[in-house]
Amino acid sequence: MGQKYFRPEIECASRDALHALQSYRLRMLVMNCYENLPFYREKMDAMGLTPGDIMTVEDIVKLPFTVKDDLRDNYPFGLFARKKGDLVRIHASSGTTGKPTVVGYTQNDLDVWADGAARAIVAAGGTKEDTVHVSYGYGLFTGGLGLHYGAEKLGATAIPVSSGNTKRQIQILQDFGSDILCCTPSYAMLIGETCRDMGIDTSKLPLRAGIFGAEAWSENMRREIEESLNIKAYDIYGLSEVAGPGVSYECSEQTGMHVCEDYFYPEIINPETGEVLPDGEFGELVFTCIGKEAMPLMRYRTRDICALTRGTCACGRTHVKMARPRGRTDDMLIIRGVNVFPSQIEHVLLELGMSPNYQIVVTRENNLDRMEVQVETTPEMFSDEVRRIEMTERKMASALQSVLNVTAGVKFVEPKSIERSQGKAKRVIDLRKI
Amino acid sequence: MIMKQLSIFVENKQGRLAEITETLAKNSVDIRALSIADTTDYGILRLIVNKPEQALAALKEEAMTVSLTEVIAVAVPDHPGGLAGAVRILSDAGIGIEYMYAFVNPKKDTAFVILRVEDNTKAIDELKKANIQLMRDEDIYTM
Repeated sequence: MGQKYFRPEIECASRDALHALQSYRLRMLVMNCYENLPFYREKMDAMGLTPGDIMTVEDIVKLPFTVKDDLRDNYPFGLFARKKGDLVRIHASSGTTGKPTVVGYTQNDLDVWADGAARAIVAAGGTKEDTVHVSYGYGLFTGGLGLHYGAEKLGATAIPVSSGNTKRQIQILQDFGSDILCCTPSYAMLIGETCRDMGIDTSKLPLRAGIFGAEAWSENMRREIEESLNIKAYDIYGLSEVAGPGVSYECSEQTGMHVCEDYFYPEIINPETGEVLPDGEFGELVFTCIGKEAMPLMRYRTRDICALTRGTCACGRTHVKMARPRGRTDDMLIIRGVNVFPSQIEHVLLELGMSPNYQIVVTRENNLDRMEVQVETTPEMFSDEVRRIEMTERKMASALQSVLNVTAGVKFVEPKSIERSQGKAKRVIDLRKI
Repeated sequence: MIMKQLSIFVENKQGRLAEITETLAKNSVDIRALSIADTTDYGILRLIVNKPEQALAALKEEAMTVSLTEVIAVAVPDHPGGLAGAVRILSDAGIGIEYMYAFVNPKKDTAFVILRVEDNTKAIDELKKANIQLMRDEDIYTM
């Protein structure tokens, strides 16, 4: 048996020690925000709050919330509490309209993030002797680089395979002897299925664990992946606004994800009232980035619906556990690990002068998500020539691809064929069985 | 010389063509010629009818995506090579044909060809020069 924890002194710290550390870091965060971010200073001033009002972590409830639209309103760098020269990395994820959500990191922030990801790898049974096969996409998306730097921080060997080209993935699994696979759960299913189609006996592969996240999955999917790849499958959670994958992760117990609460302080609130809910109750998950410098968000509302449970875990860790998110308080979709907001699609349609009557149909075929945007035809885009309609289709598909970073099919439908609903339009038909 | 064709967007759904043709029937619209361009998800129904404006209004009322497209109709002798002659003239003049469709008139020894070209005026000039018989729209509507 290899190592059990990456940083036992933190992961298994006493609650008192954690409380002291969280309180200290919260005070630092509030000072950082108040001094360096007019956005927060104005909010706190308006509420009659000074940094001195925040002494212990219990005082966190006095602080204002931050929402995704605040990031958009301060696009691109308005919520950076450090000068450009202190930043070493920028990532971005889907915004709710045309503009992405931008996150900056200092070297210290990257260390914090890599620490979380390294803890996740060790919790999944990884050691420095292991080879970590990273099939998350590399790029502005935090998936690939997050696990990559986590693996390197642990001293393991990272293979930056990135996503796609499933046969090459399998060749590398075989030839390089990957021990741990990191990707979205649906991609893990696809790799498992492709192995079977290729007649590969997965019990002969060295692979023994997988760390899967960035999209919703179920216990059924976990069992299928564990069987088809002959591994143990672990869940991981993260979001770029807070850091990236490694904000929380599953341990050998597989009963919830330990939150790295020395860096990311979690709360569950009632999304309607903002009131903090007791442990065990489902509500909106909120994080305060007490370990971060460049983008130290206060009480960031993730829109994920989740619950927290406390108590020392059988694995020995003392950090709070979060349930697998059960849904969203908004209409965000996750397509092949990429966050997609219907409002982004609407934005593209309006820019191209298309009908605002649209519908998004999501299906999963052969373990790959497929998204189709159905748009009602209008006299303006209609033509008696198929060639021209197809041109419009292609133009729309490529505009969607460039804004969403994921492929979407386009289908034109007849006017008035998309159901009109009273009040909030039903934009998404998700037929995936997860 | 130039006549109006109805172009209708039809989703590939059961019953759509029946609904469209029923709407035309209800409005006493007679279909003279038709063609469908089909793709996986939809088709474009192209119709020559006796009352294009009324048909347009009726279909719009039913919330269809429909437009009027200007096309030309020529009469060609109904024997081998009849159509080839007309097409050759357009081709030699560098006029592209987007699509065409034909129907025969059993009473006469003539076939009628509906042509959708890039440039109607130029096509008409060339066809006239070659003595190809062009149909007037009333001739077709009242056939």
